Amino acid sequence: MITFEGVTKRYPDGTVAVDDLTLEIPAGSLTVFVGPSGCGKTTSMRMINRMVEPTSGTVAVDGHDVSTVDPVKLRLGIGYVIQSGGLMPHQRVIDNVACVPVLMGQSRRTARRAAYEVLERVGLDPKLGERYPGQLSGGQQQRVGVARALAADPPILLMDEPFSAVDPVVRDELQAEMLRLQNELRKTIVFVTHDIDEAVKLGDAVAVFGSGGSLQQYDAPARLLSNPANDFVSEFIGADRGYRALQFFTSSTLALRPVPTVTEDEVDGLALGSGEWCLVTRADGAPFGWIDTAGVERHRGGGELYDSVTAGGSLLRHDGTLRVALDAALSSPSGIGVAVDDTGAVVGGVLADDVVTALDAQRQLPQQETG
Amino acid sequence: MRYLLTHLDTAWALTLIHLRLSLIPIVLGLLIAVPLGAFVWRRPALRRIATLTASIIFTIPSLALFVALPLIIPTRILDEANVIVALTLYTTALLVRAVPEALDAVPAGVRDAATAVGYTGLGRLLKVELPLSIPVLIAGLRVVAVTNISMVAVGSVIGIGGLGTWFTDGYQADKSDQIIAGIIAVFLIAIVIDVLILLAGRIITPWTRTSSAIRPRTKVAT
Repeated sequence: MITFEGVTKRYPDGTVAVDDLTLEIPAGSLTVFVGPSGCGKTTSMRMINRMVEPTSGTVAVDGHDVSTVDPVKLRLGIGYVIQSGGLMPHQRVIDNVACVPVLMGQSRRTARRAAYEVLERVGLDPKLGERYPGQLSGGQQQRVGVARALAADPPILLMDEPFSAVDPVVRDELQAEMLRLQNELRKTIVFVTHDIDEAVKLGDAVAVFGSGGSLQQYDAPARLLSNPANDFVSEFIGADRGYRALQFFTSSTLALRPVPTVTEDEVDGLALGSGEWCLVTRADGAPFGWIDTAGVERHRGGGELYDSVTAGGSLLRHDGTLRVALDAALSSPSGIGVAVDDTGAVVGGVLADDVVTALDAQRQLPQQETG
Repeated sequence: MRYLLTHLDTAWALTLIHLRLSLIPIVLGLLIAVPLGAFVWRRPALRRIATLTASIIFTIPSLALFVALPLIIPTRILDEANVIVALTLYTTALLVRAVPEALDAVPAGVRDAATAVGYTGLGRLLKVELPLSIPVLIAGLRVVAVTNISMVAVGSVIGIGGLGTWFTDGYQADKSDQIIAGIIAVFLIAIVIDVLILLAGRIITPWTRTSSAIRPRTKVAT
């Protein structure tokens, strides 16, 4: 458990970076510090491992005031991940990962052997261990950064905007990986970001910081989106918070509609009305794309199936959320979102209206989180 | 050129003296300047004093220093030790400024990350900051090496050995091909030493030869 007790950071020029912060971070939870630039979120996080000393107040880990602990010993027990991994460019990847155990006194050989396993755990090919960080992609460097933080198996991880320098696709991957790892490891994680989407996606709890370093709201992500504490928070969350909040409702209550499907062989026999769509599936039942009368004509005229169909939208899986369901419906050319089972085969469809109806129904029940 | 080819034996002997006089000071200068430069690096007051002292030393003309040193230390002008001490002073003066500058060039993000993962101040200096400062330091070292080689050549005016003696002897005997041979020989060893330092630098910094397309970006703290 990490506690902030009346913590203030004032710089000699009078700037207040953190203003009277009192906060309790439960052990084993992922807590996100979020806010605009200069709101003190990073400064607050860096007080936990004494990279920054508070002007007043106490930061404690498991009840021990960190200011009484030797900073080097303290830091060896706290994993740290920053943007681009913060890797040592002159050390091979494997030595970067083995760094903390070596600093703690393990032999280089033992530490390296363990480091290869950690590389695998974060989804990297152990062969990359022989390379230098400069030879890896941004996403790979980020994974190495996480591996280094995990190598000594510290109970606490501090992550400072770790995924903000990678492209959106890689970021999604890393976030999913992060949640998977956290499910396994149950570390106490403090995660700093300026991206509210990332905050509500990853956090068990989210602390919203405002300008001048004051804490505006500290809540579960679903509550943050449904009950912003003040104008600052609601403005920071953004206008589409209603849409974002859909991710906290399960799609399992949706009654799926039948979807008209055909296989490629049957396409030429289709008689579709104007504005009518039919889903073409592969032999294994997986969706291939939507086809309308124009597409059927093209296929009859000898066109490839690929050229005759319109690409489908996003897919809804059985463990999805209402946000995914609505997106599936909105991104489908027919307006019907396609639901698939674990094997990827089509099991039914969902309309945007169904999502709204399901949302109403779930709101009547005590709130159920899937996040 | 013919003079050089017909006097290869002498050329080789003079080259050895020339290299000894110019390179030993580089090794000694490094041994003094790296710890000293690293020590004054994060201490602004000391760094100013070191920089100022170094600048003053460097303004003393080399010939004057060769002649003046025996007044301060128990050497004679033409002792090799005298030349080596003088050139070590110059080398140190140049490097004691170059070392903190090379350390300044270490990315702040890397230094910050090293602190955060648990390096002690000294550990960080030895394992992170000094290794990462090598490329910049090598650039300074190449200047020092070429400077020393030319200073030894000039020292022949007051009788210091080395390839410079071909200038003075050739001048006195009015043998222009001996002078030209001296110029070529000094030029050649300067180039060879420069390239060797460059290569040595590449070998001890294997990470700089990796793809430069992907560079860690430094982070702006909030």
